[in-house]
Amino acid sequence: MSTTAFLTDSTLCIGCKACEVACKEWNDVPEDGLHWTGYSYDNTRKVGATTWRHVKFVENAPEPGFGGNAPELNTWSFSSDVCKHCEEAGCLEACPTGSIVRTEFGGVFVQPDVCNGCGYCVVSCPFGVVAKDSNDGRAFKCTFCYDRQKVGLKPACATACPTESIMFGAIDDLREKAKERVHTLHDRGMLDAQIYDPTDTSVGGIHAMFIVRGDPRAYNLPPKPEVPTIYLKPAWTSSAIASAALLLGTLAAFIGGRNGR
Amino acid sequence: MPGLGTSFGRGGATTAQQDLSNSDVILIMGSSMAENHPVGFQWVMEAREKGATVIHVDPRFTRTSAMSDIWVPLRAGSDIVFLGALIHHVLENNKYFHDYVVNYTNAPTILREDFRDTEDLDGLFSGWDAEKKQYDPETWLYEGAPSKNGGGSTPGHAPAGGGHGKDRGGEAQDTTKFHSDLTLQHPRCVFQVLKRHFSRYTPEMVERACGVPKEVFLKAAEAFTSASGPEKTGAICYAVGWTQHSKGVQIIRSAAILQLLLGNIGRPGGGILALRGHASIQGSTDVPTLYDILPGYIPMPFFNTGSNRLSDHIEKHKARTGLWSSFDKYLVSLLKAYYGDSATLENDFGFNWLPRVTGDHSHFGYWLDMADGKMDGLFVMGQNPAVGASNGRLERTALSKLKWLVVRDMVETETAAFWYASPEVARGELSPEKIATEVFLFPAAGTAEKDGTFTNTQRLLQFRNKGPEPPGDARGETWFIYHLGRRLKAKAREDQRPRNAGLNTLVWDYKLYGRYSEPSAEDILKEINGWTSADRKQIQHINDLKADGSTACGAWIYCGVFPEEGRNRANERDPKDLLGHGWGFAWPNDCRIIYNRASARPDGQPWSERKKLIWWDAAKQEWTGLDNPDYDKKTPPDAPSNIHQGTGVEALGGARPFTLHPDGVGWLYVASGLKDGPLPAHYEPLESLVSNPLYSQQDDPAADRKRRPDNPYANSPADPRYPYILSTYRLTEHHTAGGMTRTLSHLAELQPDLFTEVSPELAGELGLVHGEWATISTPRAKVQARVLITPRMRPLWVQGERVHQVGLPYHWGYLGRARGDVVNDLLVISEEPNVRIMETKALVCNIAPAPRSNRTLASRQLAEQRNQRA
Repeated sequence: MSTTAFLTDSTLCIGCKACEVACKEWNDVPEDGLHWTGYSYDNTRKVGATTWRHVKFVENAPEPGFGGNAPELNTWSFSSDVCKHCEEAGCLEACPTGSIVRTEFGGVFVQPDVCNGCGYCVVSCPFGVVAKDSNDGRAFKCTFCYDRQKVGLKPACATACPTESIMFGAIDDLREKAKERVHTLHDRGMLDAQIYDPTDTSVGGIHAMFIVRGDPRAYNLPPKPEVPTIYLKPAWTSSAIASAALLLGTLAAFIGGRNGR
Repeated sequence: MPGLGTSFGRGGATTAQQDLSNSDVILIMGSSMAENHPVGFQWVMEAREKGATVIHVDPRFTRTSAMSDIWVPLRAGSDIVFLGALIHHVLENNKYFHDYVVNYTNAPTILREDFRDTEDLDGLFSGWDAEKKQYDPETWLYEGAPSKNGGGSTPGHAPAGGGHGKDRGGEAQDTTKFHSDLTLQHPRCVFQVLKRHFSRYTPEMVERACGVPKEVFLKAAEAFTSASGPEKTGAICYAVGWTQHSKGVQIIRSAAILQLLLGNIGRPGGGILALRGHASIQGSTDVPTLYDILPGYIPMPFFNTGSNRLSDHIEKHKARTGLWSSFDKYLVSLLKAYYGDSATLENDFGFNWLPRVTGDHSHFGYWLDMADGKMDGLFVMGQNPAVGASNGRLERTALSKLKWLVVRDMVETETAAFWYASPEVARGELSPEKIATEVFLFPAAGTAEKDGTFTNTQRLLQFRNKGPEPPGDARGETWFIYHLGRRLKAKAREDQRPRNAGLNTLVWDYKLYGRYSEPSAEDILKEINGWTSADRKQIQHINDLKADGSTACGAWIYCGVFPEEGRNRANERDPKDLLGHGWGFAWPNDCRIIYNRASARPDGQPWSERKKLIWWDAAKQEWTGLDNPDYDKKTPPDAPSNIHQGTGVEALGGARPFTLHPDGVGWLYVASGLKDGPLPAHYEPLESLVSNPLYSQQDDPAADRKRRPDNPYANSPADPRYPYILSTYRLTEHHTAGGMTRTLSHLAELQPDLFTEVSPELAGELGLVHGEWATISTPRAKVQARVLITPRMRPLWVQGERVHQVGLPYHWGYLGRARGDVVNDLLVISEEPNVRIMETKALVCNIAPAPRSNRTLASRQLAEQRNQRA
């Protein structure tokens, strides 16, 4: 069975936030608090323990005569961010309790009854997705609607999206779709449209791909995300070299001292 | 909706949202559809993805602009200049759809010699009575058409009436008698009058009046007017950004003229979509909550107009030809539904048991009466006027003059809490111990907790079945209204004075179900559909209605929704095609695109294969196609018309698609029925920064200002105290006055606080700081809001001056999880002449950094300002 994925197409997103609300309603996620931020129309700020889908509002100055769909000018874009469900997931690798598991759909799932709130996953996520709920102490993030997928339903966010900006399906199909879509956008003159699917880094691909216009960093998508464990080998190697050097130095000091006496 | 009603015949969207996906161009103006109709907007997106051009004209760059190909920022309130210039562009460049215009509109009709246009009278039409402040439409009539006088007052222009009963237009004359010139050359034919009328609406004028650079206008104009002719169609979507102006109806009329000229009505991908602001607002005018019409747009009788005989009322409103020739059938069937066996031929079917309109009983009309202590009690259901209505201070203060107030809602709204939580209490203007109003708060069931129908923006009735029982004492409206009626009838039974005759004869025999003894919404829908009086057999079609009392029908336009026992078409959920046949029931007769006879040529064949919708099937001898014909199914296209002498729908013959109009065509020019003119002319908002660049007539002459000490206006034009334009609007995240959204944490957190959108240029001039507080003031109030500085707001150059616009969403109030100042306190109560709607989209204001000063101080300053003026 092919695993599943999201493809979130920012060029189709109308910024209605139905995904955020549907996610919270289905998964019974608590309110973030009532904080007006002044970041365009975004008041939930980022994906976190109490926001598993988050619509990012990226504002650039418009010009009369050009709407947001004009290829010449990328003005006000919306993109619904979510856990990327990495192939090589930093959180999963870091979790010491075995709370974080990979599901049969390819998603990364935090089992709340096993999580002990150590927070290792939080610092290990290359996207800053998983977070500890300050009221609860445990770590939370998107479940990929494991319960819905189990019974053959689409995740709540993809079901609620009115414009099919959030697509859900078999990952291989969606990768094809993404390529076709970017082709179409390029044909329309939107040469800044691109797929975000970091397969060539240590995360080895993701189950939540994106189509965005312009620099992915504007949408909170790092250009080269890496799983922290890839730094282990060079880290251990350099530690080993350093220890060896220290040892040698110490030995040399003793030997040299004798000679000098 | 007299804008659409007078132009086409029915006050409803002409098309379905799904059909937008067939459009080649979509113009969205007076609406942020992506934000306020996000679900329907999927069809705009679909059209766009298929290659259609989407144009958004709006003072702000909104989420809709972000989805569009072309965004045109314009000065709020200058819409008619922009639309007039589009019309001018079509006429000057011969971009109109000639065959459509000649056959399906009143372009060839010749006007009277004594008609004078705004071109002649500097912004007024002939017939203006400056003393009475109203028009006499006599000179607007067609040449050769006798004027029609029934019952003392001029139809369509009764001063106390709203416009809803006048949706048909043209009542002041017999519009079947006229002369016409099919070559469109006669100097007094409508086509030539239009040309002259709009001659000043040039691209240069758009630049001057709207602040839209000429080349940007031409880019939009070329894109939109390209959608014309046999192969192409374009649609227009609007919402309250057009209606909530002092000349809102005329803005919509401009759109109607444009679409008729381009041949875009009744055709797939064409039309005008009036986007309604709530789930069943279309339903609330069809089976109305309005004071001046009865169900199915039947005019209410007025007091003191000699209209105490049914025959007079019928004579006044019945037309000889077209669908309104059955006016008597619709009205008598309605009276039979109300009064049952008590309604007989001898007693005029109980016509005199109907109440009479005695004055302006629109929202503002009676609210001002309330403020003056003329009302005892008020029921508020599904509304939160303490937050949602203009001049909130006046509205809330008026509530304190009532003896009793009943509020039914799912939560305690600001209206129910005005007596202890309103800003007036905080400022010391009202004190709870001195308010004598007894307030009753009834818990109401939510949508999912009751049966019923929604009639949505595209005239589609959708039934919904109850999910869970409502909690605690909460009940649905059918329960409440039924039992209220039952108790009132019990009281009336003991008091047989004539004034109670209507209540005593009213049929109120609904069968009750369940442990709360509630009538069934299906039974009510059956009655609305109509049945035979004798044996209550469901009727199937509007044509089955009778004027002899043998049929009863709650709303003639809904006939067919419940055509037989056990078949509730509003509850069917089996869509068979793009237009959704099989899912719900669209009035009339399940037509999804109305006036669709116009989708075929006069000879009955489609204008083109690409844009076919219905056509004449010569083999079967009937109309067929992708929609139900909005035409007599069996009338062949070559059936001759006989409108000068004939009667009924038959007189229209086979090629007159606008069957509610006596002449069967779309009206570019509305000879009577609209109180502010037969053609749209640009007038400035009642509060404006500039003088009218087109005429010396500054604003809509027929608009009612309701000026009084507690409803003060800024000076217009150019009050130096209020140098900026103010527009209010809604956001996706909240619903109107917020009672259903600010109370829910998952929605409240998305937009937790009131903010104001300003341009970087204005912020720079005034020292406004992003994220800090600003105070926005008008002669009515001051409110504080967070400052959101954004390049999506742009200053415009209007008549050589830089004009700044200030945006304010209006959802917040003093209760609920997310709270904030009430923006509607800033607005003035005013009434557009035809529908009595207030102006919310274009006013003037001031804005200054820092939070609103101490409330008491602010109110004192306000009082001082008022005293100075008084």
